[in-house]
Amino acid sequence: MKSGVLKLVAKRLAIAVVTLLIVLFAVFFATSMLPGDTASILLGQAATPEAVAGLREAMHLNDPAILRFLRWLLGLLHGDLGASYANQMPVAALIGGRFVNTMKLAGITTLISVPLALTLGITAAMLRGSLYDRAVTVLSIGVISVPEFMVATLAVLLFAVYLRWLPALSSVNEARSLADLVRIYAMPVITLTFVISAQMIRMTRAAVIETLSTPYVEMALLKGASRSRMVLRHALPNALGPIVNAVALSLSYLVGGVIIVETIFNYPGIAKLMVDAVATRDLPLIQSCAMIFCLGYLLLITAADIIAIMSNPRLR
Amino acid sequence: MTMARAASSRRSFLGHSYNLVGVVASLVILAWTLVAIFAPYIIPHPIGDIVDDDYFGPMRQGLWLGSDYLGRDMLSRVLMGARYTVGISLAAVSIACFSGVVLGMIAAVTGGWLDSCLSRFLDAMNSIPSKLFGLVVVAAVGSSIPVLILTLAVIYVPGAYRFARALAVNINTMDFMTVARVRGESTVYLIGSEILPNIIRPVLADFGLRFVFIVLLLSGLSFLGLGLQPPLADWGALVRENIGGLPFAAPAVIVPSLAIASLTISVNLLIDNLPQKIRDRDA
Repeated sequence: MKSGVLKLVAKRLAIAVVTLLIVLFAVFFATSMLPGDTASILLGQAATPEAVAGLREAMHLNDPAILRFLRWLLGLLHGDLGASYANQMPVAALIGGRFVNTMKLAGITTLISVPLALTLGITAAMLRGSLYDRAVTVLSIGVISVPEFMVATLAVLLFAVYLRWLPALSSVNEARSLADLVRIYAMPVITLTFVISAQMIRMTRAAVIETLSTPYVEMALLKGASRSRMVLRHALPNALGPIVNAVALSLSYLVGGVIIVETIFNYPGIAKLMVDAVATRDLPLIQSCAMIFCLGYLLLITAADIIAIMSNPRLR
Repeated sequence: MTMARAASSRRSFLGHSYNLVGVVASLVILAWTLVAIFAPYIIPHPIGDIVDDDYFGPMRQGLWLGSDYLGRDMLSRVLMGARYTVGISLAAVSIACFSGVVLGMIAAVTGGWLDSCLSRFLDAMNSIPSKLFGLVVVAAVGSSIPVLILTLAVIYVPGAYRFARALAVNINTMDFMTVARVRGESTVYLIGSEILPNIIRPVLADFGLRFVFIVLLLSGLSFLGLGLQPPLADWGALVRENIGGLPFAAPAVIVPSLAIASLTISVNLLIDNLPQKIRDRDA
């Protein structure tokens, strides 16, 4: 029976690879649809037609799009991301440090939001219908219903304007002590935690409630098991798959959240780099950043699917 | 006993009963719709006019919502913003749901390679984070109202497709579908007269949810400066241009945020409080 699971997982992985190719293709083509000619943009208004033609030749811009795509893909495999149009620096060098910053932000947020959301989601499901459950549900619907930038502005209003605990902007360079570090990461992390946790709480609560409504849990209740024993010993082991699935899916919201949060707090991460690159129309930079985001997103949703397959006892 | 009480707290309308939250939510949605339609006739000042000597002015008589970063009337700008936020989102969600649902039904009815190709392709589209897709398209073709509407629509077609296909596949296995096929009905008849009437209610609820996603994404893009371009301003753009007023909690930055929240929360609450009959996936 084990081979059935392996087959499904392998199939899911194959789909992920195909999807990745389609996504890369889409990113490449969307960015090469730019109106105006890259060569003339690079050379500026004073360029002679000969110079533009020469540069077009040198950059292989006259080649068919599919050839350029394959060349770009080949470069990617060699770790060559190309050079930025804006300042001729290699894209890999521009991205390197920024990527670490973004991963730090995402990592800290994950460390805080996963335990928080799981606790709230599971307890809300246990106390379904109580005042506590309703408060948690209403709050999470509220956070899901508003744009991320609004959560961020509310957090700034509360913590930086009224309470004056934290600075509104963050800049990693100034971190000298632990206190500095806390103050720098606090606002972006608080905002992201709200956004991610709201999703996670809703999905976790739904997963646990579904398990709690199955006949075998009812049986546990009927045989006289206590409420906490019923949830912890009987329901949770079976709800674990859906819960981990919910965690991975919620974490994929980090991708969208991080774009807004880095912009609003001026955090030197990869999303801010990409938004700036969009403003200056720096194609190689946009392509590489978009690719990293798509890759992260794809990894998370593929992981979520694979966990769902593995945790399904009927396939084991 | 509890049944009777629950029934008495609900009102009956058009054959369905709605509870109080649902009624209030639909009133808010109705109000914003009316504002969006009649905005040009009810704004107290032209949106471009500078009417206040002070910027980020407080709320006072005549300038009910204060003034923005240039001293323009905030009330007029928020009312006009409703036009863009509601209008663009509604146009986008209509295109997305129409194409998604039609494709989904066709895929479910025909099956075979068309179904697998469509599903595979749209699943791949779904694996591009929505904000990122918006960013890349805006980088590529620039930002204008038609581009925004189309981009937002394209982003949400896969979701609408997946939802409609899942529903339609269930209907497709019913006996009356086999009967209709044996009668030799065309695909157009099958999806229009047999499947659509059976999935229309959950599809409409899904339409509402998708509308919320689109409003949020549009506001997010505008907030990043990649959505509607000045002098036009939707609610997200209003928050962006007035973000400088945040340190002194100016109404100019709070009011458009509240406008977005009131609309999206109302739609979500309305859908959550719809009668089970409408909301159920397998209605």
